[in-house]
Amino acid sequence: MNEPGAGVVIVGGGHAGGSAAAFLRQDEYEGPITIIGEEPIAPYQRPPLSKAWLKGEADADSLALRPDSFYAEAHIALRLSTTAISIQRAARTVTLEGGETVAYDTLILATGARARTLDLPGADLEGVQVLRSAADAEVLKLALGPGKRLAVIGGGYIGLEAAASARALGAEAVVIEALPRILARSSCELLSDFFTDYHKARGVTFELGATIVGFAGERGHVTGVKLADGRVIACDDAVVGIGIIPNDELARDAGLECSNGVVVDLEARSADPAIFAIGDVTQRPLPLYARSHRLESVANALEQARQAAAAIAGSPAPPHEVTWNWSDQYDIKLQLAGLAVDTDDILVRGDPATAKFAVFHLKGSVIRAVEAINAPAEFMAGRQLIGSQKPIDRAKLADRAVSMKEVAVR
Amino acid sequence: MAKITYVEFNGKEHVVDVKTGLSVMEGAVKNNIPGIDADCGGACACATCHVYVDQAWVDKTGSQSAMEESMLDFAENVEPNSRLSCQIKVTDELEGLVVRMPQSQH
Repeated sequence: MNEPGAGVVIVGGGHAGGSAAAFLRQDEYEGPITIIGEEPIAPYQRPPLSKAWLKGEADADSLALRPDSFYAEAHIALRLSTTAISIQRAARTVTLEGGETVAYDTLILATGARARTLDLPGADLEGVQVLRSAADAEVLKLALGPGKRLAVIGGGYIGLEAAASARALGAEAVVIEALPRILARSSCELLSDFFTDYHKARGVTFELGATIVGFAGERGHVTGVKLADGRVIACDDAVVGIGIIPNDELARDAGLECSNGVVVDLEARSADPAIFAIGDVTQRPLPLYARSHRLESVANALEQARQAAAAIAGSPAPPHEVTWNWSDQYDIKLQLAGLAVDTDDILVRGDPATAKFAVFHLKGSVIRAVEAINAPAEFMAGRQLIGSQKPIDRAKLADRAVSMKEVAVR
Repeated sequence: MAKITYVEFNGKEHVVDVKTGLSVMEGAVKNNIPGIDADCGGACACATCHVYVDQAWVDKTGSQSAMEESMLDFAENVEPNSRLSCQIKVTDELEGLVVRMPQSQH
């Protein structure tokens, strides 16, 4: 065991890790803090990489979570381009690539997740890429513009945002999805249809139910996506957005319980009281839904960063939040809250044709999840009602003439 | 550049210079001022950057967009001078602006 005073070591310099360091200082934790990050730049926000930043509406400064000067001022040691390779729990040390060991009193694992890749012939061609890091986004942005054609592999939110941003930059976009509809894993059919139509009306084409067998290329660069039916979908760049895999190997190798992510409690603490885990890498309890789940959202990263910081600094625990997320595509702001599990009905409020509506997922008369399209009141009220589990009047909820305020008070 | 005073719910004041073009929210976050969470980073998607604009500044900071108004409608302890600070752009005219924070953003 180390002498006390080694402080907090945070492995992972992403949104969760960078925020945890900042929150520790906000909570007036005075010990040493070290962030060990693999990427060469200070912690930054990933959501804009497929949205405002990709479209050229945000600069690098606005991506940064905090200015570079913040870390020195707050006495946070920021070790960039640095990889942790193992944890010695008994000795409370982390070993870095190259052999150096770093001591900790408390360790926060914020190692995040990596983009799933396609193991297919031609997947190593130049121009076949994922979109996870700022470096990925830089490469993609250069490939977009008038006269270019982007193939988006995977009809999830990241892919759809990339397609919308490509259109905004004047490039063509084709979305290739293995399932018969986009957003199949996360959303109801009505929402899938709405987004498909909205993208089509803005020039995006779709290949649904399409099996990819490889990539075609010339002189080392991708020129097309090969489908099982023999067709080749021409493209200048292909972005693969087919999900993420938690980086839980460090924890697993150290003997911490992992199950599609590091298993943590409601303080974001692992089975080892000296080790917390936060963000995309965690398998966390969701008491509202009586289950554990691995959430992939900034809201979750920040909630757990607050939980860990409060527990370490001895501050009051932050309030529990209803999980939420958002997506920007064209002029659409989609806001999601809750999880659509154990539900028995869907209620639509508003008309999808107006691009202003919300889909409520219900269990009896209790809202479990909401998907709100340009409908902030439905999102905000829905999020609160999910948390309170207060039954609602379904007739009122379905009637746009009745305000969400009135629905909420019942 | 504008000098902005952020007042935490407990009364603690933070006076910082914020670059023109940033939002009032970004001014707080970049200086690690507690009390403005801004979980969505300024996308007007979360209502966790709620502030009360000092009465003297209400006109100069402009009015709420429809989106902002709907979001704020459901935030805690909303007052007529409530704003989402991600929606207030910093200009030279805001030199001396004072904003106060609510008890909680969540």
